[in-house]
Amino acid sequence: MKLDVRRVGLGLAAPALAVVVALLLTSLILVAAGDPVVAVWQVLFKAPLPRQVVAIINEASVLYLSAVAVAIGFKMNLFNIGVDGQYRIASFMAAVFAGAHFLPGWLNIIVSLIVAMATGAIWAAIAGVLKVARGVSEVISTIMLNYIATYFVAYLLKGAAVKIEGSNATSTRILTEDSRVPGINLEGLLGTGREIYGLVFLSIAVGILFWFVLNKTRFGFDLRATGQSETAAVASGVNVKRMVVVSMVLSGAIAGLVGMPLLFGQDFAYGDTVQTGLGFAGISVALLGRNHPVGMAVSALVWGYLNQLSNGLQISAGVSDRLVLIIQGIIVLSVVIAYELVRRAGLRMEQRRVARELEARPAPVVEEVHP
Amino acid sequence: MQKVIKSVIAVATAALTLTACASGTTPGASSAPASSQAPAIKVGMAYDVGGRGDQSFNDSAAAGLDKAKTDFGVDAKESAATSGEAESAREERLNQLIDAGYTNIVAVGFAYASSVGKVAKENPDVKFAIVDDSSITADNVMNLTFAANEGSFLVGAAAALTTKTKHVGFIGGVETDLIKSFEAGYDAGVKAVDPSIKIESKYLTQPPDFSGFASVDKGKAAAEGMYQNGVDVVYHAAGGSGGGVFTAAKAAGKWAIGVDSDQAKTAAPDVQSVILTSMLKRVDTGVYYFIKSIHDGTFAGGTQVFDLKTDGVGYATTGDHLSADTIAKMEDFKKQIIDGTITVPNK
Repeated sequence: MKLDVRRVGLGLAAPALAVVVALLLTSLILVAAGDPVVAVWQVLFKAPLPRQVVAIINEASVLYLSAVAVAIGFKMNLFNIGVDGQYRIASFMAAVFAGAHFLPGWLNIIVSLIVAMATGAIWAAIAGVLKVARGVSEVISTIMLNYIATYFVAYLLKGAAVKIEGSNATSTRILTEDSRVPGINLEGLLGTGREIYGLVFLSIAVGILFWFVLNKTRFGFDLRATGQSETAAVASGVNVKRMVVVSMVLSGAIAGLVGMPLLFGQDFAYGDTVQTGLGFAGISVALLGRNHPVGMAVSALVWGYLNQLSNGLQISAGVSDRLVLIIQGIIVLSVVIAYELVRRAGLRMEQRRVARELEARPAPVVEEVHP
Repeated sequence: MQKVIKSVIAVATAALTLTACASGTTPGASSAPASSQAPAIKVGMAYDVGGRGDQSFNDSAAAGLDKAKTDFGVDAKESAATSGEAESAREERLNQLIDAGYTNIVAVGFAYASSVGKVAKENPDVKFAIVDDSSITADNVMNLTFAANEGSFLVGAAAALTTKTKHVGFIGGVETDLIKSFEAGYDAGVKAVDPSIKIESKYLTQPPDFSGFASVDKGKAAAEGMYQNGVDVVYHAAGGSGGGVFTAAKAAGKWAIGVDSDQAKTAAPDVQSVILTSMLKRVDTGVYYFIKSIHDGTFAGGTQVFDLKTDGVGYATTGDHLSADTIAKMEDFKKQIIDGTITVPNK
């Protein structure tokens, strides 16, 4: 396949435009609120410190998994808003299973990952089956399932909680050393003792698998075909109902992995201070990255960068770190608009190119038609 | 004037000894303070969800800081957590404070436990105080813990002595073990007065959703429901959501009991009149104790328990809504708890 420079340029133009628009609008908001504009950008555009680089990569590896889970649905025109609930319930189940230490070391970790995937898949399958059997919109059912997951896990956590002396936190049993995934220490390279999650490789593997399945398999073709035109897919013999359930299950299985780098690389238990909202962040990351395996990796890093650098806003600029949510929100909104604008611009350019080419050599055609 | 001079001298000598200690390792690092101006104690505050202005838990910590500011000359930097944030965000908040030079850090809330543990290990020269946790032990970490169940017992007794409908309520922000200890103490206090009183209980959110500590609307809805059911005193342990409880109490013309701070002073002026009393969890005393220990050079790692005996918890009488008789009975319970006649459950 020839690399089309213009296409790539247009592809990059949209997210770049979105980021610029977001920065401009955020500056306006800051001015309107009477906050220091320059100080804010100084904080957000400072070169990240070594420990922040590690934190950005770690956060991106988690967000990437979430984005892939969302993207599987998006490719099918399915909106899996339930990644948030799916990853939390899956993390909890995996934490309980791993914490029980039925199996030794690595085997425990691997089986726990499978437990997480299975849990996420089952939770997502509920929405898939409801859609196929009863026509319930997956948007509604997954949002509801998020709430159910919150309360269900809170209820189960009460039973599974282990008291840690002197702590007020509630959490599952803490994993022993041998059931943790060792981090990658880049002390020599970055000069920080902070470690990158070992499961960053899981994220990379999932990304490669996502690309392969989508572009190189019959299933991936059916998936994309169904997403682009359901009637065409039906005409070519695709069982759409089956595809809906299967893609929800796959999406849920990947969603189940979202919390795994956190569980095995940082928290070593599932407790009441666990990070929430990763599923929703994944939607934004998938949108910004256009559901593309590389695009989502870049946008996950951008998201991680914004999140990490925003931690300094309160302290260095005296502005709430919630500001970064505004920035991220505007990026997502403007990226949707920008893609549409760029798509239209691309269409116009294409029309003009074709028109030029036709103008360049009309003579022989005319001669042939009218001899 | 004399006091000012005295504190200047005290701080100056403290600074001198500090620079003397540090001179071997970091030359020139503390050359800034000129002799004419006493260097302020640099305190970094890492608040829990809600932050300064929640009129409750965080504000109590802030009050301790403010008192230390007037007494010692403190240069403080404050920042607050968000609900459901990443562990890395908590770590980074502490690191940012250290980077900015605020090397005496108060972590308000047990959610900071593991991040304080990690960052304290990486920065042995930085002194930490953590509120509501004693699971992290290090030489540079002071654990400030509070017997909130004991204070809750007393306001439970106050509720029982005040209710006319024999029906009282409890609203917890988030159903964590910590908040359950408030409920346990409250229940015990109510039952100690009259075991026949009915207690209604409700938690606004379940972990890991910590928005229950900062949702005025949820607090209001829960309290409205209780008042409609015949409850006439509601005790809330819901941080910033308590504002909604007070609004509902005002609308229903019934009583509410505040928490952590003396909320008859910190709540919005128009609802202060419905606050029967407040369970004081003197986080302010704890924070002040920590900063004072830095100031005096007596800082030591380890757990400091603040309970009824040490006036670390208690109740407020602002507004004079408690009758003399009620106060007498509460004081009697207080004595019995202190001398061990009554053991207050914490779950």
